[in-house]
Amino acid sequence: MTEAALAVPRQKSVDRSLGADAAHQFISFSIGGEEYAIDITAVREIRGWSGTTALPNQPDYVLGVMNLRGTIIPVYDLKLRFGTGATEAAKSKIVIIVAIRERTVGLLVDAVSDILTIETSEIRPVPEMDRGAVAEFLSGIVSVEGTMVVVLSLEHLFQRDEVEQLREMEDAAIQ
Amino acid sequence: MSSDRPSALDLDQFRATFFDECAEVLPDLDSRLSTLDANAVDGENLNAIFRAVHSIKAGAAAFNFRSLVTFAHGFEALLDRLRDDRLELSADVASVCVRSGDVLASLVEAAQKGTDIPEGFGADVLAEVEALINPEGTPAAIPEEKASAPTVSEMQSWRINFTPHRELFRHANEPLLIIRELKRLGELEVCCDRTGLPELATLDPEEAYLGFSFSLRSKASRADIQEVFEFVDQDCDLVIEAFSPEPPKEAKVPSRALLPGSAATAKSASSERKAKSPSFVRVDLARVDRLINMVGELVITQAMLTQQPSEVGTNLRDQRVQGADELAAHIRELQECVMAIRMQPARTVFARMNRLVRELSNKLGKKVRLVTSGDETEVDKTIVEELVDPITHMIRNAIDHGIEMPEQRLAAGKPEEAVIHLSATQRAGNILITIEDDGAGIDAEKVLAKAISKGLVRPDADLSEEEIHELIFAPGFSTADKVTEVSGRGVGMDVVRRNIASIGGRIHTNSQKGQGSSFTVVIPLTLAVLDGMHVAVRGEKYIIPLASIVESLRPDRRQIRSVAGGDVIFIRGEYIRLIYLHQLFNVAGESENSHPALVVVVETENGTKAGLVVDELIGQQQFVFKNLNENADPVPGIAGATILGNGRVALILNLEDICSIASASLKRNSKSGLEHQHEAVLDAGEMSALAQASASAEPVLQTQA
Repeated sequence: MTEAALAVPRQKSVDRSLGADAAHQFISFSIGGEEYAIDITAVREIRGWSGTTALPNQPDYVLGVMNLRGTIIPVYDLKLRFGTGATEAAKSKIVIIVAIRERTVGLLVDAVSDILTIETSEIRPVPEMDRGAVAEFLSGIVSVEGTMVVVLSLEHLFQRDEVEQLREMEDAAIQ
Repeated sequence: MSSDRPSALDLDQFRATFFDECAEVLPDLDSRLSTLDANAVDGENLNAIFRAVHSIKAGAAAFNFRSLVTFAHGFEALLDRLRDDRLELSADVASVCVRSGDVLASLVEAAQKGTDIPEGFGADVLAEVEALINPEGTPAAIPEEKASAPTVSEMQSWRINFTPHRELFRHANEPLLIIRELKRLGELEVCCDRTGLPELATLDPEEAYLGFSFSLRSKASRADIQEVFEFVDQDCDLVIEAFSPEPPKEAKVPSRALLPGSAATAKSASSERKAKSPSFVRVDLARVDRLINMVGELVITQAMLTQQPSEVGTNLRDQRVQGADELAAHIRELQECVMAIRMQPARTVFARMNRLVRELSNKLGKKVRLVTSGDETEVDKTIVEELVDPITHMIRNAIDHGIEMPEQRLAAGKPEEAVIHLSATQRAGNILITIEDDGAGIDAEKVLAKAISKGLVRPDADLSEEEIHELIFAPGFSTADKVTEVSGRGVGMDVVRRNIASIGGRIHTNSQKGQGSSFTVVIPLTLAVLDGMHVAVRGEKYIIPLASIVESLRPDRRQIRSVAGGDVIFIRGEYIRLIYLHQLFNVAGESENSHPALVVVVETENGTKAGLVVDELIGQQQFVFKNLNENADPVPGIAGATILGNGRVALILNLEDICSIASASLKRNSKSGLEHQHEAVLDAGEMSALAQASASAEPVLQTQA
């Protein structure tokens, strides 16, 4: 029990922090030539890609599971999630381990670029785009030294309602 | 004095110990109470009940759980009379005792959770208890609130001299608690006698030096006051005398002065109560001894492995091989020992259900008897704890929805009293827990109508009885016509299923309308380690739990037959359907052979056999079970994962799931009925008719054979 609690730290500050009026640190990374950023407080560690074990009959962006020091975590291909083709899984690719609520998951990206300090007020809303459903997990756009960086909302990235379901289930179990 | 008071941490620990003991005593008490029989008075049983109640009372008094003490006291007095044959154990009395046990358990629960007890909770039962103790109507000697009940109306002044002996503290007594008790009885004035106090240099902080004299104006009787000192009477000189008012004025310490301290203690205690109490395991000493022996053996093996070859005179390689073998054996045994420590009999869960059944059936006016079997079946402690909620919920459902009112039962030609059978058995590395009732069963039409009205299925869906039964596990499903106190709050069978799934288990339903229903929960014996067969399917590797494997074979082409698109294998007069894992899991890649290379015949706990077609058997090994659902969504057909020697993850198959996916996808393909979560990819035509064929398959096949 405690092991699980340690391995999967609660991470609540992700979304709220974006609303606060202060500077926040983000980790930026590139996927297919585009720059994205996620809240640094959600990031647990960054590892080289070492392969996954495939899970049968899952959506294509679920690459499989990997062993993170005894904990089994799923690895997702962000590029596939965005619907812009598959990230070529090679040794040079990077897995960013992040905590989304109670879960720890890995995100496969091309490369980690930088640590950005961004004022919340600098983050501009995402314009209406054709991508539709995809826009839901883009929480804003920020311009860093002339480059456009898209800030991602981790909680919206992967089947939010299922995380919600899990939460509900736990609540129900407590009652 | 304050230096002697146990620190908050200690108190917390003592409190946890007390509730731990309660948790142990209460189920036992409950089962003993339910065996109370008017016709066969068992003195030993009564004594055990008395001791249990007494120990709860004593503990409760130490932690100042007032209502608990009051109630336990009354109950204890009743039991005392039964024990001494001053009261006859009639059926009525037995029933009062059982209900008292329930109230007591509720009070303990409330004290543990720190919840407020509703005013007058258990008062009716306590009144009955008192009526039994004193049929003439004279009040029982009960401390505090009850004592100030209208029957004792005379205000009386008491003078109490309380001189603790030096060793008072060593016997875990505390004058402050006593003062607090007295304060509850009425108006209290306290004088502290400091004459016994030595010089600071010679003061031993572990001894009691202070004496107290109290003057108390209260309606309480002498016995009530005596009661307050019950636990210290061996450790003090006590004089209690009634006197006419005119309290002494000199050297008066206003009782108020004591209050801030006591209030603070109470406050800190209540805040501590919220902290989660640690959980403990009670272990048979023999098991611990075995464990220690095994550790000793390991040390010897380790020494053997590090010895220089010259010392033993054999060659190094032989010795290393032998050492590794021994090490493997020892580790396995060690693991078994450790597992055994966490094993608990199912009784610990079952015993709690008696009370639930009693309370619920009374509330709903139904007659229900709970029968348990397999109480001694051992289950991993973590699983035991996870089982309490689902079982509670299912029993609640059975009583609320399943079991009919007595008159309906009689009209249906059933005995008035319904029976819920709760059983635990062990089979093939699994624990089976069955909850079976002889009630009305699941009303398929009602369930279907409800599901349609909730939009869970399409109105024109054509569902089999089995599929309809599955609907009760759908989220948001409830057949309760209105939300009652008992059920229908939206926490439904879906939560039960998920709770059970979270410990790697499954649940099966079986119901006959009018005959009752049964729910079977299948959970792994232990969550941690399992024996498995490592197999390869195309490029992927999976683990099949060894306990489920019947045999593995490389079949002859003639043994395999196609039945309406699907394949079956004929083994010793039995037809077993084949499941092609690479198709089921949609694994890419080609096998060299067109016909199945290897078939692993598995048997699920409900007796279904299936042949899993794999490419290669890699080997048999012990695997550490890792939960997959902690971070990922559940994957149909996969029970969990493990980490191989090379650090890679391998998936452990869930055979029951695989069999049901295979049939579900067949059904879905043959008729688009229940939309379901399983996204199994199966060639539509491949096995489509097998499900229908299986019903009529036998004769057809036999003519073929």
